[in-house]
Amino acid sequence: MKVLVSVKRVVDYNVKVRLKADGSGVETANVKMSMNPFDEIALEEAVRLKEAGIATEILAVSCGVLACQETLRTALAIGADRAILVESNEELQPLAVAKLLQSICQKELPQLVILGKQAIDDDANQTGQMLAALLGWPQATFASKLKIADGKAQVTREVDGGLETISIKLPAIVTTDLRLNEPRYVTLPNIMKAKKKPLDNFKPEALGVDVAPRLQTLKVVEPAKRKAGVKLPDAKALVDKLRNEAKVI
Amino acid sequence: MSVYVAPLKDMRFVLNELAGLDELSKLPGYQDATPDTANAILQEASKFATEVLDPLNYSGDQEGSKWRDGAVTTPTGFKAAYQLYCEGGWSALSLDPEWGGQGLPKLLSTPVSEMMTSANMSFSLCPMLTQGAIEAMLLSGSEQLKKVFLPRMFDGRWTGTMNLTEPQAGSDLALVRTKAVPASDPTLGDHYRISGQKIFITFGEHDLTENIVHLVLARTPDAPEGVKGISLFIVPKFLVQADGSLGARNQATCASIEHKLGIHASPTAVMVFENAIGYLLGEENKGLSYMFIMMNAARFAVGLEGVSIAERAFQRALAYAKDRVQGRDLLGGAKAVPIIRHPDVRRMLMLMKSQTEAMRALAYVVSAAVDFSSRTEKTEERQRLQAFVDLMIPVVKGWSTETGIEVASLGVQVHGGMGFIEETGAAQHLRDARITTIYEGTTGIQANDLVGRKIAREGGVTVKEWLAVLRKIDLDLAISGNSDIQAIRSRLAAGAQAVSVCVDFILATAGKDPNAAFAGAVPFLKLMGIVAGGWQMARAALVAEKKIASNDADQLFYAAKITTARFFSDHVLSQAPGLAATVVSGAAAVMALTEDQFLSA
Repeated sequence: MKVLVSVKRVVDYNVKVRLKADGSGVETANVKMSMNPFDEIALEEAVRLKEAGIATEILAVSCGVLACQETLRTALAIGADRAILVESNEELQPLAVAKLLQSICQKELPQLVILGKQAIDDDANQTGQMLAALLGWPQATFASKLKIADGKAQVTREVDGGLETISIKLPAIVTTDLRLNEPRYVTLPNIMKAKKKPLDNFKPEALGVDVAPRLQTLKVVEPAKRKAGVKLPDAKALVDKLRNEAKVI
Repeated sequence: MSVYVAPLKDMRFVLNELAGLDELSKLPGYQDATPDTANAILQEASKFATEVLDPLNYSGDQEGSKWRDGAVTTPTGFKAAYQLYCEGGWSALSLDPEWGGQGLPKLLSTPVSEMMTSANMSFSLCPMLTQGAIEAMLLSGSEQLKKVFLPRMFDGRWTGTMNLTEPQAGSDLALVRTKAVPASDPTLGDHYRISGQKIFITFGEHDLTENIVHLVLARTPDAPEGVKGISLFIVPKFLVQADGSLGARNQATCASIEHKLGIHASPTAVMVFENAIGYLLGEENKGLSYMFIMMNAARFAVGLEGVSIAERAFQRALAYAKDRVQGRDLLGGAKAVPIIRHPDVRRMLMLMKSQTEAMRALAYVVSAAVDFSSRTEKTEERQRLQAFVDLMIPVVKGWSTETGIEVASLGVQVHGGMGFIEETGAAQHLRDARITTIYEGTTGIQANDLVGRKIAREGGVTVKEWLAVLRKIDLDLAISGNSDIQAIRSRLAAGAQAVSVCVDFILATAGKDPNAAFAGAVPFLKLMGIVAGGWQMARAALVAEKKIASNDADQLFYAAKITTARFFSDHVLSQAPGLAATVVSGAAAVMALTEDQFLSA
């Protein structure tokens, strides 16, 4: 069974993000970048499936600037067998990425596509769902447990009310939640081996996908600073404020 | 308590711009060490160091290693972390591929070691000692011994130790008394019976692995007196059977562990050998010469500990200084401000930052010289590089560790009263750093080595060659239009002049008045350190100037580099003429008092 995992290069989760001076977006120049943590979980799950003898090949795909190759090398070091970069300097929005992945899926015919439920930069949480719709494949989002057997995926999902377990037919789309697994540390021998694994580079045009942004970002601003609180004399005053000022009770 | 973030940007800058990684990766056997791969390695090593080792630093210090009935338990979490360390393959980064290492250059293992040590110095000592033992065995061991021990030491399943010191034999190993008596029997073949006591054995006993391979210095029955009668033996904790499985417990036991000022998590064992079975490494009576060959690597590693602890202490102080609100801004303002806005706190932080960066640059450049010298085909070039390494090893060891302590002490000072309290963690760095100027040869011994073997003995040839390099860079500095670089230039020239005056003094006195030459050895070592550090900071400033001119994206980093170099030259390099005065005219008073005159009671 072939498993496709998509990985996105994002600002490292340890970095405190700063705005660009002109307010057009978040500063990414000279900022530490790394693999989206949810995608790392997706990749780890694929590697575990391979180690369990269920998956036979893992293909890692990233869409974005040339530097995404670094992220793909990390994916290869974690355990992907080969990688594809769809190289574009365009701002890639979820629909564009979903279409690119759709095109690759139609060529590669994976049985399972695992994606992070969202990327920690824009938190869109859309690509997996869009990809499922485009391909017409079943989807199981926010997975915290995944079992593959008899051409089906049994997925435990983290939903608002608790956990929901569903069974979907392969080929299918699964997006990962935080508790699905704990990604391993990359080993030095695997970093060295990753250098020799194949990494292909495509342009969106070659895949026949128009990646032009559909949404326009008008302005990006910092959240408003938290205002200082006030001290209340007693519980009665608190209840009064909650009822009349905040109107929450 | 987790504070450490690997300074990857500075590490990459030093690797690529000052130490010549790109050039190194073109040499035979180093093709894999490209800047790209280096990036990936640094990234993953930093993840491991900060996520796995760093969280155990404070808890490991508080809990310490514990001894009971001959067994040592390392602090909570150490065993699992060690397991992960081995699985990561970090132990074999620069080791020989023939035995399963990655064969990467020392220049790449250097930042990796720096990170591991910054994250958790106590932990890092175990792999460091194992590496030393491996190198000794590669150097002197028979094929048979190598086959038995090396594969399992390369992957970390077994650790190694160095058993040199005895109660009466510290810096002076001529006094070693441990005995080794030849023996033979049908099952064990030729071996020796080792008896004696060794002290200060780092990770001499622990619960991280199933076996420990002790390397022990001892004397055979008819060995000559002094350093020429010492042999080196392998004494495993558990004997290894023909099929490679573990056999009987050898009589190499841990009598206790020391209660120390710092590195509490690292067990420092008293080892007792009672007729323990040992195997000779190399030839009889050559033990100390094998140790000498490895000494550069060991001393370099400890010098790097100075850099590591300084970086960690700096980061903690910086975080505190940004957070701690106290006192109003000197320029006015009604409200108390974070203490980083006060000039003196700034000065301390800059002292920490600039010296750490200077030490890092010098250490990496020296480690690159080791690689270049090992791969270059021209004999003359190799000898020239090796002589430079030999000259700089005592400087890296002595200066970086002394400065490491100074930086850790400044770290406490930045914290004020809170630094004196253990909970902030600043005190641990000072306690941990304190050993680094002592083990693997005290600063005094490094300085004697520098003055005696590395300068006087060869008539100052290598140090003068280095001074010529400094004169050459002066020409590059001269054409810069940057006023900071001009200021750096004049300080560096004064520093080079100070070294030159001292070298002449040393060459003139070492033969006829050795007390005079050696009385100022440590101030001279410090002088060499700050001038060598200033040299690297000047090179860094020149690179930064070019990067800024070429509109490199990271303008802030490069501008900070020039400012940091300027600070270093005004606050540190400026001490050079004073140190030279101490070296040249300070000797008489050092030796003048009678021993009775010392106490004025």
